[in-house]
Amino acid sequence: MDDLTLDKLSAGSVGVITAVGGEGALRCRLLDMGLIPRTKVKVVKTAPMGDPVEIRLRDYALTIRLADAALIKVRPLNGDGEEKEPVGGAAT
Amino acid sequence: MTFALVGNQNSGKTTLFNQLTGANQHVGNFPGVTVESKSGFVRGYKDVEVVDLPGIYSIRAYSSEETVTRDFILNNKPDGIINIVDATNIERNLYLTLQLIELRIPMVLALNMMDEVRSNGGTIDIEMMSERLGIPVVPISAAKNEGIDELIRVAYETASKRELPKIYDFCSPGPIHRCIHAICHVIEDHAQDADLPLRFATSKLIEGDDDKIISRLNLDKNELELIDHSIVEMEKEHGLDCNAALADMRYSFIESVCDGAVVKARESKEHLRSAKIDLVLTNKYAAIPIFFGVMLLIFYLTFNVIGKFLQDLLQSGIDSLSSVTETALTSFGTNEIAKSLVIDGLFAGVGSVLSFLPIIVVLFFFLSILEDTGYMARIAFVMDKSLRKIGLSGRSIVPMLIGFGCTVPAVMATRTLSSERDRKMTILLTPYMSCSAKIPIYAVFSAALFPKYAALVMIGLYIFGILVGILIALLMNHSMYRGNPIPFVMELPNYRFPSPKTVAMLLWDKAKDFITKAFTIIFFATLAIWFFSTFDIRLNPVESQSSSILASIGAFIAPIFAPLGFGSWQVSTSLITGFIAKESVISTLGILTSAPGGVVNAISQMFTPRSGLSFLIFTLLYTPCVAAVSAICRELHSKLKGIGVVVFQCVTAWIFAFIVYQIAGLFMV
Repeated sequence: MDDLTLDKLSAGSVGVITAVGGEGALRCRLLDMGLIPRTKVKVVKTAPMGDPVEIRLRDYALTIRLADAALIKVRPLNGDGEEKEPVGGAAT
Repeated sequence: MTFALVGNQNSGKTTLFNQLTGANQHVGNFPGVTVESKSGFVRGYKDVEVVDLPGIYSIRAYSSEETVTRDFILNNKPDGIINIVDATNIERNLYLTLQLIELRIPMVLALNMMDEVRSNGGTIDIEMMSERLGIPVVPISAAKNEGIDELIRVAYETASKRELPKIYDFCSPGPIHRCIHAICHVIEDHAQDADLPLRFATSKLIEGDDDKIISRLNLDKNELELIDHSIVEMEKEHGLDCNAALADMRYSFIESVCDGAVVKARESKEHLRSAKIDLVLTNKYAAIPIFFGVMLLIFYLTFNVIGKFLQDLLQSGIDSLSSVTETALTSFGTNEIAKSLVIDGLFAGVGSVLSFLPIIVVLFFFLSILEDTGYMARIAFVMDKSLRKIGLSGRSIVPMLIGFGCTVPAVMATRTLSSERDRKMTILLTPYMSCSAKIPIYAVFSAALFPKYAALVMIGLYIFGILVGILIALLMNHSMYRGNPIPFVMELPNYRFPSPKTVAMLLWDKAKDFITKAFTIIFFATLAIWFFSTFDIRLNPVESQSSSILASIGAFIAPIFAPLGFGSWQVSTSLITGFIAKESVISTLGILTSAPGGVVNAISQMFTPRSGLSFLIFTLLYTPCVAAVSAICRELHSKLKGIGVVVFQCVTAWIFAFIVYQIAGLFMV
């Protein structure tokens, strides 16, 4: 599958980060929180008003705005990849 | 001996701080530190002090919380760092640990929530972790008070022996390794001269986010070019840019530290429970109604049930004490003025300070539960979108809503906001949420002037206040607080049961804070008003209030309000007393007009609907009461800014009242 941006990933699906965009404080914050290439993320749910989203990575839950999620590129994992226990940073 | 307590938000830092120090806490004032940090002496060690630094995820120069931590450690050079790490979320927590290690200070890792890890069937090999990180690791459970004594012992020992972290190389052979070592080589002497830890300075040069540190190194042009060159080379070889490469290096190192040492539980009970609770609390349809329901319940319990009960109790206590004193003074034949000073001045002053206390304590009881359970983060998640347009995040909604009850606790509640910019903006906006003490003003004026539309006028005023708040927020976004707001990338911690000790400490803190700091200003303001309303300009005691100094001041400033349609001295005097407490506006008007048929009658004679409306707009927007102003001064750490708020709001109120009065003139008489 082609790379998507994280905001396009539907609730319940998992992807592997391939690139993190943005700049300045926002980008550093994303990187510091562990959103770096090779990390698995799962989109848990969308807030009632449609924004922000809740994501799960490295065994914890994080919320980011859709506009910021659009800066993160992910390679979606198919059902197969989802079944297998991820190696680094589980998205349970 | 001084220790710095550092850790992520939601890592149990406050709980650990309370366990370490017990009740021996005080607010510390450290040079150059704008964010208040608490410090306290460790139980059983009279000479060991712990400073509780703000909860952070990384050491960068993007937020004041992060620079405070950086500056405290670099400039005050504590004897040791206690780094608290949430063991259930170890990878992300260790990210900060690696940055702290670079600061070259003796350091101990407190591995918190080990009880949760174990009960889920996970294990962490403490010795292996300690060896791989090069610092002592102590497993603890702050909430259950387990391992704290051992932590204190190890921390004391490490600091006494000045044992520095044994490892500081996190790079594996490759482009980053080459880049870091090349830069280290260039800046080694500079870092020593500037008294900066070498590895930390190198990281900052690569990340390029901290001009203050970089300029301290005093590098010349050639050296800077050399450094730039090695960074560019590294980026080319590595494929990632400098910031991502460094973050990648740290997380890769963390993964290698955890590999084999940390056996994760398959599924944590706390996470499963949180996911279940979130099915309801952040549910697509239920989340917003539940949030407003929770807020309404808190309001009801605070302002109508518990808080009111305590307030009435306190009031009747003060009243009976006051009447006993009055009887005693009368029978003793005390001079009337002295008696009035005691009863109307001292007792009224103490009473007005204390009347806020029950509400503050009860409100903070509920707020600390919202915060400590993890629901506050969900509120921010659910409500974020609604506040984004005015440049704030979902976190600010709770203090603002509390503002509808009382501005004082609302301003105090901004303390939990993680960004200084959001905090300041929220503090400046809360006064526009019409507080409950203004309700009597609205009610009496509506009854007198708009009996048929009372409800409509009330709702209209609330909405008008919110709209002005939004307008001010937009203006602030384009002036004072321009620039990028702190990114809204927020952790949603697992739901946890709040620790009673932490809640109790917070309540004690808030009550003490309010009493000690607000007491003087409110008390003296009340005494001043007593003085001005008891004497005339020649300092003779007055027969009726109409000849008092206060009335003269009222008459003096009355012309200011003439363009708004209410230029009489009675009205301006009542506005002055409203500065002490908004409730006083109506009672003062009643006393000064002493009209037959009560204050409603007096108002319907003094005001037209047009000038009444303008007056209501003015009271809605003008200066918050003295208790709120003193809270604002404290939270903004500046008396000048507090006075600025008073002036700014009075001017805004005047302008809006003027506009409303002019527009109303087109429709009303």
